[in-house]
Formats: sequence, structure tokens, C-alpha cells
Amino acid sequence: MRYAMAIDTRKCVGCSDCVVACQTENHVPFGFCRDWVTETVDGSYPNVELEIRSERCNHCENAPCVRCCPTGASHFVEGGIVLVTRNKCIGCGACIQSCPYDSRYSHPDGYVDKCTFCNHIVSKGGKPACVSVCPTKCMYFGNLDDPNSEVSNALKNRKHKVLAPEAGTNPQIYYLI
Amino acid sequence: MKTRRDFIKISALGLGAATLAGSNLKWVWGSNTGGPVTESASAIPRLSRYPTYCEVCFWKCAGWIYLDEEGKIQKVTGNDQDPHCNGRLCPRGTGGVGLYHDKDRLKTPLIRIEKNGKQTYREASWDEALDLVAGKMKEIGNKYGAESIALFNHGSSGSYFGHLLKAYGSTNITAPSYAQCRGPREVGFELTFGSGLGSPEPTDIRDTRCLVLIGSHIGENMHNGQVQEMSDAIDRGATIITVDPRFSTAASKSKFWLPIKPSTDMALLLAWIHVLIYEDLFNKEYVEKNTIGFEQLKLHVEKLTPEWAYGITTIKPHIIRETARAMANASPAVIVHPGRHVTWYGDDTQRSRAIAILNALLGSWGRRGGFFFKESLSIPDYPHPPFPEPAWSWKETHAGKFPLAKLSVSNALVDASIPETGKEHIIRGWIVSGTNLPMTMPQKDQLLKAIQSLEFLVVVDTMPMEITGFADVVLPECTFFERYDELRESPGREPYLGLRMPAAEPLYDSKPAWWIAKKIGERLGLGEYFNYDDLKEVIEWQLGQLGTSLVEMQEVGVKKFERKSGSLYMTENQPKEFNTNSGKIELYSSELAELGFDPMPVYTPHPEPPQGFYRLIYGRAPMHTFSRTANNPNLVDLMKENAVWIHPNVADIWGLKKDQYVWLKNQDGVVSHFPVKVRLTERIRWDSVYMVHGFGHRDKKLRLAYGRGANDSDLITNVMMDPLMGGTGMRGNFVTILTEDPEKEDKS
Amino acid sequence: MKEELFISGRDIPNIDPFLHIWHWQIPIYLYLGGLAAGILFFAGIFTIMGKEKDMKTTVKWAPFLVPGALIIGLLMLFLDLKHQLFFWQLYTTIRLQSPMSWGAWVLMFITPLSLIWVATYLKEVFPQWSWKFHFLEKMELLAVKNRKGMAWVMITLAVILGIYTGILLSAFNARPLWNNSILGPLFLVSGLSTGAAVIMWMTKSHYERKMMSRIDLVLIIVELFFITHMIMGMLAGSSVQIAAADLFLGGQFTVSFWVFVIILGLVFPAVLEILELAGYKIPVAIPAILILFGGLVFRFIMVEAGQITRYLY
Repeated sequence: MRYAMAIDTRKCVGCSDCVVACQTENHVPFGFCRDWVTETVDGSYPNVELEIRSERCNHCENAPCVRCCPTGASHFVEGGIVLVTRNKCIGCGACIQSCPYDSRYSHPDGYVDKCTFCNHIVSKGGKPACVSVCPTKCMYFGNLDDPNSEVSNALKNRKHKVLAPEAGTNPQIYYLI
Repeated sequence: MKTRRDFIKISALGLGAATLAGSNLKWVWGSNTGGPVTESASAIPRLSRYPTYCEVCFWKCAGWIYLDEEGKIQKVTGNDQDPHCNGRLCPRGTGGVGLYHDKDRLKTPLIRIEKNGKQTYREASWDEALDLVAGKMKEIGNKYGAESIALFNHGSSGSYFGHLLKAYGSTNITAPSYAQCRGPREVGFELTFGSGLGSPEPTDIRDTRCLVLIGSHIGENMHNGQVQEMSDAIDRGATIITVDPRFSTAASKSKFWLPIKPSTDMALLLAWIHVLIYEDLFNKEYVEKNTIGFEQLKLHVEKLTPEWAYGITTIKPHIIRETARAMANASPAVIVHPGRHVTWYGDDTQRSRAIAILNALLGSWGRRGGFFFKESLSIPDYPHPPFPEPAWSWKETHAGKFPLAKLSVSNALVDASIPETGKEHIIRGWIVSGTNLPMTMPQKDQLLKAIQSLEFLVVVDTMPMEITGFADVVLPECTFFERYDELRESPGREPYLGLRMPAAEPLYDSKPAWWIAKKIGERLGLGEYFNYDDLKEVIEWQLGQLGTSLVEMQEVGVKKFERKSGSLYMTENQPKEFNTNSGKIELYSSELAELGFDPMPVYTPHPEPPQGFYRLIYGRAPMHTFSRTANNPNLVDLMKENAVWIHPNVADIWGLKKDQYVWLKNQDGVVSHFPVKVRLTERIRWDSVYMVHGFGHRDKKLRLAYGRGANDSDLITNVMMDPLMGGTGMRGNFVTILTEDPEKEDKS
Repeated sequence: MKEELFISGRDIPNIDPFLHIWHWQIPIYLYLGGLAAGILFFAGIFTIMGKEKDMKTTVKWAPFLVPGALIIGLLMLFLDLKHQLFFWQLYTTIRLQSPMSWGAWVLMFITPLSLIWVATYLKEVFPQWSWKFHFLEKMELLAVKNRKGMAWVMITLAVILGIYTGILLSAFNARPLWNNSILGPLFLVSGLSTGAAVIMWMTKSHYERKMMSRIDLVLIIVELFFITHMIMGMLAGSSVQIAAADLFLGGQFTVSFWVFVIILGLVFPAVLEILELAGYKIPVAIPAILILFGGLVFRFIMVEAGQITRYLY
């Protein structure tokens, strides 16, 4: 079981519904976010290109954050989801330093927090809040090991990329381009 | 200068502090801290989720409200069965909980008093406030006639206050969304096809093969159903053509982006019509069967070639031809989108006519992938005595202008509120609910003059928006999370009924609008028009009449009904009769000709920015709507201020750096009250600047919104009125950049 | 013009616009850790070589600073933690892939070890010192007898501690400035150099001073080589590493790095030491202070600059 996400940048409009849905679902405090939306503009008027991406923790296969955690608070669970056990986290910040995607942050309560792929919903068979809310339906989530899952199909049929592959972390969020 | 109504901008008056302390977070189990609302009705039942439809914008997506383990409102998600949202709310809806939790909400009724020579508010009880409102209304009614009271409204509260006014004897009810936003396209399409577009528009985007967006920025405007369907269309490989001086999000997903010179859209539309006709690309069968006036149209556009349009629009002729061919190829599954906010240059009805004509030539009206025939549910009116006939109505305020306006032009009502010698029909009192007029209406001077002339102004709102600073009485409305409202019956492919029920008791001392209207009505002796104790009774009765029940609706949230008005699209053997003079789609509008207007659209050049000035273009962001979300903490977290988009070459001229703050000054010398952040981007033309609307709040009581960003509507002082229906064209304003804080006189 | 921006309003404190999650506590800790490692290393190595008599300060007196330095360092680490109540979780497990776990355990052993080492020499400083309890006297005798064994353990732990302060940073592959394999040895050499500088400064023995001074000179030269190696390596790396190197070659850290770390912290003391060897009289405090100061500034700059470098945006 290998959970992964595929996000279609052709359809994403950058509405940030994924961000606010995550916030209400996971009680993310104001001023912090577990996922975010970036916009990249290239070219010069009128030959302009735009790419919009919804980003979050990539739940990397070779997660540096799990590797460098001194207490084992950062760990893998079923499906390759990376979670943080709050009561094991000492707040040393090593995982924040180690993440090339800046997807972790120091929660005001002291522990380190980040996207959990809504494990509390996914482990019961549902989809993460961001995927469920996206109005353009541009986010696909599922088991990469299942060749018939929607995420496998999305990757099969479309060109895709990951962020900062050179960082060597083997991220599991694929952007369809 | 002492004015009749000082803008009360004192922050933290200490109001509501006491009520905040007692603010009720124990509800659901029936403890009745909300006051008299639920005197007779039962307490709110404990459900796993509560059906509602969102009130943040006009799309009215149905959804479910969820409480957390402590019984507090936690989140709201979409109703899977609702075709408006298909189970997915937009960011404003998802963040709608912020409206409920917002600490800056209006908490108690407020009455304007004078204290130590200064005007301020004092808290009042509902009885006191309602007595005052009713008393004033009676006074104005007796002195000048009931017609002298007008209602400015947006949203669901309009039906209750509208009902109240009509019962009282006035039909002077206006929504700024007509003249300030979509009015021209309603008239344009009515003249052509015999019916307007309404809300939501009947665009069959999910099945279209070519979507043409001219002045529409779907994706930045978050019309939920349309954004979803555009995404479906992209999946199916539809061609998107975007015409926009700015590289909008939609433009980035388009096969063709036409970076048009602002204000020249009419020329492009006429050139497209020319190409479709003269290259024989129009849908002959459809045009033959359903339209009238083709020969006149052909003659009219003979000289309006792409080469002619090129000189005006800067769009290359071959692109104009290529895009016209792309549209024709997709016919009839092609949509030239009518847009939504179309009040640009004063000839907007004619421009909408051009869009309608284009759709007619492409044969898309009433066809799959084009425009479907919408139907909404007809909900029986709760029995009440007939309304009295008013002596005059908003039509009189138009003073013979705007012959095609089917609804009231808000600016006309504003003008009518300024007493001048010789004026016959004068408005003396306003009820304003659900709309923040100072940030909505252009020509703020006129608005302020009117407000100062009024004998009475009562504002009903959930938040201390700027308009509340001018009111004589402020009445706190509770949010849609806390009330029943009329059943939703917005038009769609199939009629769907939607229920809104409260998930919590009203916070603080706020009340639902229906209750406010009823209590005022009772005091005015109009009790028989409000023959119920709780709106719930009305809803239960209506649901019974429709063959369902409150229990069922609580379970499902939305319910589909069968279409009664015929098929969704035009059928081969059923010739359609159109509601026009001729019974056909009018390419040449006889009605316009009769009234002395151009029967077919004509290009007129519009003023261009002078040296050193840039055209002010404004638009939307998908996480905000109007100015009402600028204080919502969930949405402020996404976007807390707007920025002015400036091309890097222009920035070089002015020496601007990224994220610098500047002031904007328009052609009439009006300066933005607050500075605005600069965004240097290649996405905007060098002759224009762009801002998202809804920021620059001046009311300090909006603690999150105050002072953030700049208010574009302040800078809209030049208004070009559409002679056909009174739409206020607002894109003819130009701004220059001030890098230092200018000296400002006190603006209130 | 290329634009890259957050459009969902992201502005997380200490993460945006640049990462700044580790503040002054960490450079101080790294510095003190390196310093302690250096002192203990020399103490151990000269004990093993049997040179206690000649290198009294090195072996006996300088280590007195170490427990204090380590405890202050640990305090710094503790202060930096954001979930302090749970700090003990560090000691419920050892995670071999986490340098921080290594560090926690090394510190766990080296601190008591340094205390024992110092304890064995207490009687030489305070002749009246008595341990009060009989079993403590016995333990002291045991320790004194096994000094050579302790020295071996101390050298090992000291090297691990010194190198770990560098590997802690270099193991973060998300920070291009840190992510090179020379940083471990570089911090070790820097730690040894600061240790030598302290000893050099403390000692009253001319022989000892000359010995440490020469050792320090060699260490400085090695350190300069390593720094050159690091920068050249970054310039020959990927674009993010070139951007990281640029921070020192024209970017915001150029002046502080070259002036305080290289010239004042390394080159100038080396020159002074060479002059000293050539026969000129140089007050020992000057090169010592400069080296100590340079080492501290180096840690501060590396921690600050490293957090600024990144792969994305």
C-alpha cells in the first residue's frame, strides 16, 4: 500500500479551497497552514505562462524528516504516510531543517505539525479533506500500488513531475503538467 | 464639518463586551439563550449534520454543517446531491464558519445618539430599536406616503424586508447587483432571446466543446458550478478562448488568449460576427429556423473586418479568424459566455447584445454544450392579504430614462433620495440589508449626499460594515448558520429544492431577518401579512404543499423535482417560440429600433488613460467575495489584502519595488485612503493596473479588515450610465501612482 | 520576469520568507560542544602519550572548563526545544540514522566522563578535598588507576562529538549550504583548534604553550584548506549549492565571513603564531581570543546562512 496524490495543474485555479478545508478539518491554527498554493509566472507580456500548484508534505518514500528525528516521533504508518506522534516530539526542529519542501512548522503548542494526508479519514477509507473539497476535482488520491486506482491512472495517462527531485527524497505528490 | 450623520468610526466602543461574556456556547441541547426567537418553536434538534445552503455569495450551494465533539460549529461541506456544488463547496463556503465565529460580529441593536457633542451609538434592546424603526416608518409614511421608504438589499433577507415594504405600500426595492453588475446582460439577452440569464446562468459548460470568455474570469471568480464545469470541459479537451487584457487564470488554461486592449471588446465581437457571416461559418439551419434580421446584420457588419478590428483591439486578424473558426467548429456546443459583472463603459447592454447575437449565429442557445433552458421550482407563497397598490414606484425614479430596465436602478433611488426643488418623488428613508453600499456603489459623493438627506436609515447586517457607520439604527442579523430561511429554488437544469436550517442558536443578541421584518410589521399593524410565529411553520407548510416534509428535507438537504416546462434543450420537431416582439431570436432588435436606440450593436471608442495614468481594472479573488469576507478569519488567512498589479516596465518608470506600498490617485483627484501593495507581474498590460475588489475597509470595528489593501470603488468616480437600462459603467477610471503619503482632507 | 509567490497567504512564523527555526542557542551549543571536544581530545591524547607531566594544563586544568561548557551547551539545547516537557523522549530510543540522536547519547556519556576526569584531579587543586563517602573515595582510586582507559574512551567520544556537530548540519540534505561531507571534519578541526587555543591561553608552561601553539597552527591551516574545499565544492555543485556559496561570495554574509571568520579568526592568528615561532614576542591572549571569537562567529554564520539556503522558491 503506497498512498500518493496526483494534482492536475491544468485544472487547478488556485482557489485555495484545499487550504481552508484542511484548516477547518484539522484545526490548524490561524497564521499556520499544512498546505498552501503557489503560483509561478514566466515569460513576458503577452507571452506568459502560469503554473499553479497546491503543495503540502509529500510523504516522501525516502523521508529525511523520519531519518533525522531523534526520538522517532516522525514515523511512517500504513501506506507510507508520515506522521508525527505529538507526545514523542521534543520540538528540536531537526525535521523542519531537513525538509526541502518547507512543509513542516512549529505548532504553537510546541510539537511539529504538518499534513497527515488526513490519516484519520483515509484509514477509514475516505479521502483527505483537500481532495474531497477541491471544486475543480483536480486532486487525485489513492494507492499507487493498485494499478486501477485513480492516482495510478492519472499518472499513466499524463506527463507529470515532482518537486525538487534532486533533493533525493522521492516525494509522492505528482503534478500533472 | 458637522453632518447630519457623522460616520461613526470609533473602534472598540466597548459595545457588546458584556454580551460577549455571556455569549452562549451552550445550545444544541435546547438551552434557550438566544432570546425570544424560539419562544414558541422547539429547540434545535441534535443531528449528526445540519442541512443548509450557503449565503456567502449568490450561488447558494447546499451543504452540511458539522459540529465538533464539544457541540461547536466546526466545518461545513457540500451536499453531494446538489447540482450547484456537487458536494464541493468553494473556499468562501468552506471558510464560511469564520462568519459565524467572527468576534467582530454585530452583537446588539445600536441606536445613534449625540453625546458630548459627538455622534455615537448606544446599545439598545430589541424592543426599543424595533419601536424606533416602526415609529420612524410610520412617521415617514404619514408625512410623505409609504412609497418614500426604499429597501437596498442583497441576499436572502431581501424577501422579508421586501415583503414588509410591499405590505406597507412601497415597491421601491432595489438590489445594487442590477445596475452595478449584471443588469445590462439581462436586458441584452432579453432583447435577443426573449429571456434573461438569471442566476446562476444556464451555461452548459460541462458539455461544451468551446468556451469563449470575454470579460469573464472563471477561476478567479468562484461561481462554483461554473468553475467545476470548466474543469470538466478541460478534461474533455474543450477549447477555451479567453479575451482579457490581463493574463487571468482562465487565460492560462486557454488555447487562445487574446490580450485585448481594454474598452475595445465591441470591435472584436463585431469582427467575429463578420467572420462567421462572411466565411459562411454560422449555423445556417439554426439561424434560418429561429432568427430574424440576418440580412440587416450581414449588411451592418460588412465593413467590420478583422483588419478593421485589429487596429482597434490590437488582436491580429488571423487570430480573430482562427478563433471564430474554432467557435464555429464546435457549434452548437459552444458558449460565448455572457459574463457576470458587465457594467464597463455604458454601452454594455449593446455589448451583451453582440454576445447574444454571436451565440445565436453559432446556434448555441437552447442546445447541449451551449445554453440550456433552465427551470426553477415554483414554491407556493404563504397566504397573506393582497398588497396595497403604491401610488408610485421605482419606475418613476428613473424619470423617463432607462426604458428597458426591468428592475430598479439603485443609483436612481439614490438620486431620488436627494430632495431638490421640483422633484416629485423623493425617498425619505432607507432600509439597507446585506449590502455594504459605500463599497458597492460608485459615485460615493452622490451616495453620501443622499444618506445625509435621509430622514431615517436603518441597517440590518451581520458585521459592522461601513454602511452601519451611517445608520440611525443598526440591527444585528444572525448568520445563516443560526436561522431558518426561505426554501431555495434557484434555477438549474432540474428544479432542486434546498433547505436551510439552523445548527446553533443565534449568538449574542442577533436575530434572523424574518423575525426582524415580522416584528416591525406587527408594530406597523401589518400582522396579518406575517401570519406565523416562526418561519419554521411557513417552511413546513410549503414543504407539505410540495409533497415533502421537514423531516425528509433534514435527512437529504436537497430534493430533485421533475421538470414541467419542457425539455432542457431545443428539440428538432418542436419549434421554439421566443418571448420577443417577433417571436424569434432578434438579430435586429425591433424593440430597440422602436425606442430609438441602435438596433444592432455599434462600436464606439471610449476614453483612454491620459499620460501617466493607467486604466483601473478590478476583479475577484476566489477566496473572497464582495467586501463581506474581508474580516472572516479563515479567509483573511488566505488573503488578507489586495495588491495592485503593475507591469514591470511601468514599475521601472516609477521606480517601484516588489511589495512596496503606494497610493493611487484617480483622474478626479480622489486618492485611495490606504496604501496598497504593489505586485510586479507580467500578467497585466502596461496601460492598466488591476486590483481585487473588496478591501480597504475603513470601519475600525472590522479588526481584521481595517486598513488592509485599498478600496477600488472609492476610485470609481467616473460613471458611464447605460442609456438603455441604467447600468453604471465603471471601467472608465484612470489612476496614477503616488509613492508617498499624500496630504488628505478628512474623508468620511 | 519570473515570479514565484504564495497565493494562499502562507506566512508561517520562522519559516517564511526564510527558514529561521534555529536561533542563537544552536550556534552557542555547537561552539561549546566543539570546544569541549577539543579540550577533551588533547587531554586524552597527551595522557595516552604519557605526557601528563609536561602538559599539565592540557591534561589536568583545561578539562575543568569542560563540564561547565557541556552543561551550558545542553541548557542551550534544552532552551531551543519547543516541546520541552517531552525532552526525555530523546533518551528512550537511539536512532542510528539521526545525528541528533547520536549527539544526545554522546553527550549523555561524555558529560559524566568529563566530570569523572575532572574529579580525579580535584585533589590536586583542592588538597583538602575529601569525598565524604567511602565508596566515592574508592571510585576515585579506580578512576585514577584507569586514566589511560578513560583517555581512550574520551578521545573516541570527543572525536564523535566534534564531528557530530558538523554532521548534524550536513545530514540535512534540504539545506544546500550544509549538505556537504566536509562539514563534519571541518567542525571537528575547528573545535580542536578552539580547544587548543584555550589551552594555549591557560597554560603557564612555555613548553606546553609552544606545543599547543604549533598544533593550533597546523589545525588552522587544515581548517583553511577544508573551508576552501567546501566553497569550491559548492561552486562546482548544482545551482542551489552555487547560490549557497554566493552567500559568502558577494551575498549578505560576505563581509562577516571573510573579515571575522577567515581573516581575524584564522589567518591573522596563524600569522601571529608564525611570528611567535620566528621569535617575536606576541601576547598569547591575542591569537587565542581571535581564534575563539572566530570559531563562535563561524558557527553563528553557518547556522544562520544554512537556514536561508533552500531548494525551492
